[in-house]
Amino acid sequence: MSSPRTLFDKIWASHVVDTLPDGTAILYIDRHLLHEVTSPQAFEGLRLAGRKLRHPDATIAVVDHNVPTSDRTKPIEEPESRNQIETLERNVKEFGVPYFPLLSASQGIVHVVGPEQGISLPGMTIVCGDSHTSTHGAMGSLAFGIGTSEVEHVMATQTILQKPAKNMRISVDGELTPGVTAKDVVLAIIGKIGTAGGTGHVIEFAGSAIRGLDMAGRMTVCNMAIEAGARAGLIAPDDTTFDYVRGRRFAPKGADFDAAVDYWRTLPSDEGAVYDTEIALRAEEIEPCLTWGTSPETVLPISGTVPDPASETDEAKRAQLQRMLDYMDLKAGQKIAGTPVDVVFIGSCTNSRIEDLRAAAVIATGRKVAHDVRAMIVPGSGLVKAQAEQEGLDRIFLDAGFEWREAGCSMCLGMNPDRLTPGQRCASTSNRNFEGRQGPGGRTHLLSPAMAAAAAVTGVLTDARELAV
Amino acid sequence: MEKFTTLSAVAAPLPEANIDTDKIIPARFLKTTKRTGLGVHAFDSMRYREDGSENPDFILNREPYRKAEILIAHENFGCGSSREHAPWALLDFGIRCVIAPSFADIFFNNSFKNGILPIRLPRDICDALMQDAQMGANSRITVDLARQVIIRPDGAEIPFDIDPFRKHLMLEGLDDIDQTLKRENAIETFETNRKKDEPWFPSIELDD
Repeated sequence: MSSPRTLFDKIWASHVVDTLPDGTAILYIDRHLLHEVTSPQAFEGLRLAGRKLRHPDATIAVVDHNVPTSDRTKPIEEPESRNQIETLERNVKEFGVPYFPLLSASQGIVHVVGPEQGISLPGMTIVCGDSHTSTHGAMGSLAFGIGTSEVEHVMATQTILQKPAKNMRISVDGELTPGVTAKDVVLAIIGKIGTAGGTGHVIEFAGSAIRGLDMAGRMTVCNMAIEAGARAGLIAPDDTTFDYVRGRRFAPKGADFDAAVDYWRTLPSDEGAVYDTEIALRAEEIEPCLTWGTSPETVLPISGTVPDPASETDEAKRAQLQRMLDYMDLKAGQKIAGTPVDVVFIGSCTNSRIEDLRAAAVIATGRKVAHDVRAMIVPGSGLVKAQAEQEGLDRIFLDAGFEWREAGCSMCLGMNPDRLTPGQRCASTSNRNFEGRQGPGGRTHLLSPAMAAAAAVTGVLTDARELAV
Repeated sequence: MEKFTTLSAVAAPLPEANIDTDKIIPARFLKTTKRTGLGVHAFDSMRYREDGSENPDFILNREPYRKAEILIAHENFGCGSSREHAPWALLDFGIRCVIAPSFADIFFNNSFKNGILPIRLPRDICDALMQDAQMGANSRITVDLARQVIIRPDGAEIPFDIDPFRKHLMLEGLDDIDQTLKRENAIETFETNRKKDEPWFPSIELDD
C-alpha cells in the first residue's frame, strides 16, 4: 500500500518522463496554449535551430493580449500590435498549430477559451507563457505559467524541466454569506498569506465553500493563486467539473468520456495525504473585499479603513505603505467605501465569464452608470459574448450606460488602446493592481464583478450587498 | 546563451520588496518580437519622469550605477507576470546577477535561461551586500559561480547555493533543449504508454 498522495502528487507522478541526477524532472506537457505576446521569440528560436514543433495536436493559439476590443472590421491601428498578431498568424501556419483567429467566434482570452472549449481537462499538465495559466487548475489539472524560453522548450520537446513543488492546502469551510463571491474568497486568502505566501508551492483549494463554487468561481480562485506567489492552484475534480466538461468541443465523447471520468475520479487527494503547509479560513468570516494599494495583498473588507503606515514597525515596509498611499491618493485611516472612481472595468481572465457578467447585470438592471464614470464590459470570449447577448445582458448593460465590447485582455494590462490615464481611479475585476498596470499613473482597486457594477452605478466604491434586491 | 563564470562588477542597491515584472518592464513595451532592445525601457516608471527625461533620483541613472551588472534587492523580486521580457530587459541593460532574500518562481526560472544568475541569500546577508552596494565607486563585488562564492569589496567571501544542473548549464552556456532532446527516447516511451493506458485522451484538431 503506497502512502496517501495529494492531487498534485498524482498528476505530477503520472507525467514524469525521466528524472535527472539532481532531482529535476522532465515533465510531460499535455496542453500548450499560445498567444501573440510571449510566443514570437520561441517560434524564432525553433526556426533558427531547425527544430520542429513536436505536438501541434496538443497546442492551441489565440490572440488576446493586444487585440482591440472595439470594432474589429477595421484594421488594427497600432502597428506594433498588428505586427505581433500577424507574426503569430504566420507562425501557426508554418508550424501547423490550431488557431482561433481574431474574427473567429471562438476567439477570446486564452484562460477563458481553454476550459470553455474542453481543451483543458482534469488530470492534465497545462502550460502557457502567461502567469494566469493557474486558472486551468480549476479543472483539477496542474497548470502553470512559463517564460518564453520554456515555451520554446515545450514546443521542441513537449516537456518542461522542473523540480517538484511543495504542497499547500488552503481550506475554506462553512458557507459563504449572501453577496460574497469567489473573488472575495481569493482576495481574502491573498490578504491573509501575502503575495509570497505560496512561493515554491502548489496550492490546493479545498473545503466546503470551495466545493460549493461553480466552475467560473473556481477559475477565479485558481487564477489568482499566482498573486499569492504559488506556482499553481488547483481544485479536486468532482461532479461539478465533469458536468462542466461534458459535451464541450474538444472533450472526450461517449464511452471515451466515461473512461475519462473513471480516471478523473481517482485524482482527488487521498485521505491522510500530508501537506507541507496548511491554511484554514472560515467562509462566514469573509466579507466582500477589495484592494486599496499597489500589491494584491493590500486587501480590505469593503467596511474597512485604509491602514496607517505609522503602525508598521519595519522601516522599509512603512516607507512602502506610505508610497502606496501616495500613489493611490488615499489617506491613512479613511474609509475605503465612498471613494469616487473614474473608470470601471469588468473583464479579464479572472472575471469575464458568463456567470461574472450575470452577477454584474443583476446590479446594473434598472440603474444608470454614474455621471462622469466610464464603465466597460469586456467578455472573456466570443462565445461568452454571444451567450450574454442571447440572455439579453448586453441590453441591460447598454441601457445602463456601460460599453459592451469585444473579447480580449483589454484594460487588465493595457497592451491594447484600453488604458487608464494618469491619476484615473479604476474599480477593476482583474488580478493585478501594480503601479501603472492599467496604464501609467492609473490607480486600480481589485474587486468582484458585483462590486465593480456597484461602483459603476453609484460612482464610488460601494458594498454591492446594499444594491442587491 | 552566454556562459556565466566569474563576474566582477558594480552592484546597485534596490532596497524594495516585491519588485514586480510590470515594474521591470511595463506591458506596453512587450509588443516586440525580439529578445533584444528592451534595456532602454528597464524600470521605465522609476527611471524616467513623465516628460521622458531621466529621473536623477533613480539609482541606475547615477554613476557608477549606470554600469551596474549586479542588483541587490529585497524579498519576492520578479513577482507577477511571467513575461521573460523582464530578464531580457535586465540583460539588455547589462545586469547579469540579481541577489535577494527571495524570488518569484517564474522569474527565477526565466533568469537562468538567459544567463542571469539569481542568488538567494538570507535577509541579513543581503542587507550587508546592500551596504556594500551603497559605497558608490567602491561598490564592486565579485561573483564566482564555479566556487559558489560572492567576494565583497573588503575581500570577505559569502557562499551561496545553486542547483547543480543549473550551475552546469550556466558555466557551459548550454541550451537546455539540447539536454532534454538527449532523452528523446524516454519522451517517446511516455507517449507510447499514454496511447495504451489512456486511449480516450483527445488531441486538438480543427476541422477546417
